[in-house]
Amino acid sequence: MHTPPTGLRQHGLTAWRAVEGVFDAAFGSRLNPLRHLGAIGFMAFWLLATSGVVLFIVFDTSVTGAWRSIEELSRLPFGLGRLLRGLHRYAADVLVIATALHLLREWLHGHARGFRRFHWLTGVPLIGFVFVSAIGGFWINWDQLGQYSAIATAEWLDALPLLAAPLARNFLVEGAVSDRLFSLFVFVHIGAPLLMLFGLWFHIQRITRAAVLPPRPLALGLLATLAVLALASPVASHAPATLARVPEQLRLDWILLFVHPLVDATSPAFVWAVVGAGAALLFALPFLPQPARPAVAVVDADNCNGCKRCFVDCPYAAITMVPHPNQRIGRTLAQVDGNLCAGCGICAGACPSSTPFRSTAQLVTGIDMPQLTVNTLRQRLQEAVSTSQTARPLVLFGCDHGARCSSLTASDVTPFSLLCAGQLPPSFVEYALRDGAAGVLVAACREGGCEFRLGERWTAERLAGEREPHLRAGVAAQRLEVVVAGPGDEDQLATGLERLRQRVQTLAPDPDPVLRLHHA
Amino acid sequence: MPDTPARNPTRLGPRAWLGQLLLYGLFALTIGVFSQWPHYRHLQADEALIKLSFTRVGKPVGDCRMLSAEELARLPPNMREPKSCPRERSPVTVQVDLDGRTVLQRVAPPTGIAKDGAAAVYERLVVPAGVHQIAVRLSDDVRARDAAYRRDARVTLVPGQVLVIDFDAAKGGITLQ
Repeated sequence: MHTPPTGLRQHGLTAWRAVEGVFDAAFGSRLNPLRHLGAIGFMAFWLLATSGVVLFIVFDTSVTGAWRSIEELSRLPFGLGRLLRGLHRYAADVLVIATALHLLREWLHGHARGFRRFHWLTGVPLIGFVFVSAIGGFWINWDQLGQYSAIATAEWLDALPLLAAPLARNFLVEGAVSDRLFSLFVFVHIGAPLLMLFGLWFHIQRITRAAVLPPRPLALGLLATLAVLALASPVASHAPATLARVPEQLRLDWILLFVHPLVDATSPAFVWAVVGAGAALLFALPFLPQPARPAVAVVDADNCNGCKRCFVDCPYAAITMVPHPNQRIGRTLAQVDGNLCAGCGICAGACPSSTPFRSTAQLVTGIDMPQLTVNTLRQRLQEAVSTSQTARPLVLFGCDHGARCSSLTASDVTPFSLLCAGQLPPSFVEYALRDGAAGVLVAACREGGCEFRLGERWTAERLAGEREPHLRAGVAAQRLEVVVAGPGDEDQLATGLERLRQRVQTLAPDPDPVLRLHHA
Repeated sequence: MPDTPARNPTRLGPRAWLGQLLLYGLFALTIGVFSQWPHYRHLQADEALIKLSFTRVGKPVGDCRMLSAEELARLPPNMREPKSCPRERSPVTVQVDLDGRTVLQRVAPPTGIAKDGAAAVYERLVVPAGVHQIAVRLSDDVRARDAAYRRDARVTLVPGQVLVIDFDAAKGGITLQ
């Protein structure tokens, strides 16, 4: 059973969901940017990379020519230079904001631990790469802001007992910054993002179908927003760097450079202590005491026909196909990596052997969840429907992580809370109807809001007949209601139920008496 | 085939589109504003900056001496150098007086495990702009009682100016730039 968060995280999650609700109302759940923060971060990275390549073509990499070459950009016709420069800078701001919100969201949802430990631990260092890449970008313009940032960074680094001679000595007097040192700046600004890209590959390595771009409408909306911003509020250089003078009033990018004023206001040692403590805390989170991991999927070789549906549908690449022990040529068997398995049951929902229509007394499927087997589900379903006292019993298949199924207390409803809506083999819908249910309500989380990433999508596609195993076309559509009801959406669950109830009232009580007889 | 809401999301109404526009606008406003505002002043308008920075290898902490015949005999033949000098270097002491008041005093230890590397100092002093009398004293020998290098100067600092106090033996010692 899913363990709800407590304390600060609980309050934070409640607030987060409230904000997410506001965005849902405007964007719809599928395009809600708060559910695509990682992908938005990726998009910002691609924008930075592409605009950066173009900028590098026109950029003069000498200390004397850098500022001039950037200034000449602004003279390009049709505002192209402004657009390019603005996109590059504002995409960096988006990257920082998306990264921060992504981190917050994942922590609030308890994603720093368990099978996600790898993703968390590979994600934390990326924060450092983001800031190294971003801060280094200001230096290579070599204006007064770049001068301030370079010196402030050097002074901050000098607080660490790393080097014999202070780095800040490289910026003492006019002429101290040579083309050679400037090449190092350029190298940092190109090298750090390349390392970040490598780190990003690690970060998403254990995720299948990782989104490296948000859905197209959202991507276009963000791109248009940044383009308008770049033209309406162009990024302008300060005066060229002059080491003999302290830069006066700076138009500081507080999103990217906030660390410098923080050091000025406190001390380098204090900010290092804050950064060190923050990093230690982030790295320690996955190792703090935590609830036991849920049981992982178990494969039954005799019932696995090697169809690969579980392999394809697993959101965390926990399943691989290996040669079947029966040694028949071409036969494969699913194999679960317990370290990667989320315990979501999506694989059990994908398995064609999970159909409850099989005549065996003990339903053993190819891949199953020990904590809630398809056999248990079938038994409970049979008992519930056969003992129902109402004329039109309804069955609800919900999700432990979505709207609480137990919130529906009407006597005509039998709720089944699954590990994830994706655990439901679609044939269970037909089975419930043939067993005497008048209607079936399937509740999945909001699009993009699945605790296990893809459960709501696979469920919808399977029920719509777009994905195997699919719900058979013969099932009466009027007797099935699918609602999108994430955590806190109990009212939508109730509304969906009422809609189904009203609909089946107009239909015959028994979906198909002949089939039911045959089925019995 | 059943129609599922998850596959056919509710069409967004005019209010939702307006909401999107508002949220995109807010996002742009947040980035647009905080990427350049509020303006930041590193120094106040009437202040200047003095940077004291140098690297200097101090003098050896002791005198060289001649080894006795017995001491030389104990050494391997290829290492029988009659003159022995201490490897460790003196820390470098620096003091800055501004208008007769000591504003900075630092003792920079030699770097390296054997303490035979250069001592380094980098300090910043924010001072009011205007005319100042500066006196810098630098000592690089623990055996000497008085500062080996001194520099007195009357400087006029305009607001925002950076005055660098460095050490360059080739230019006679303490330099002001």
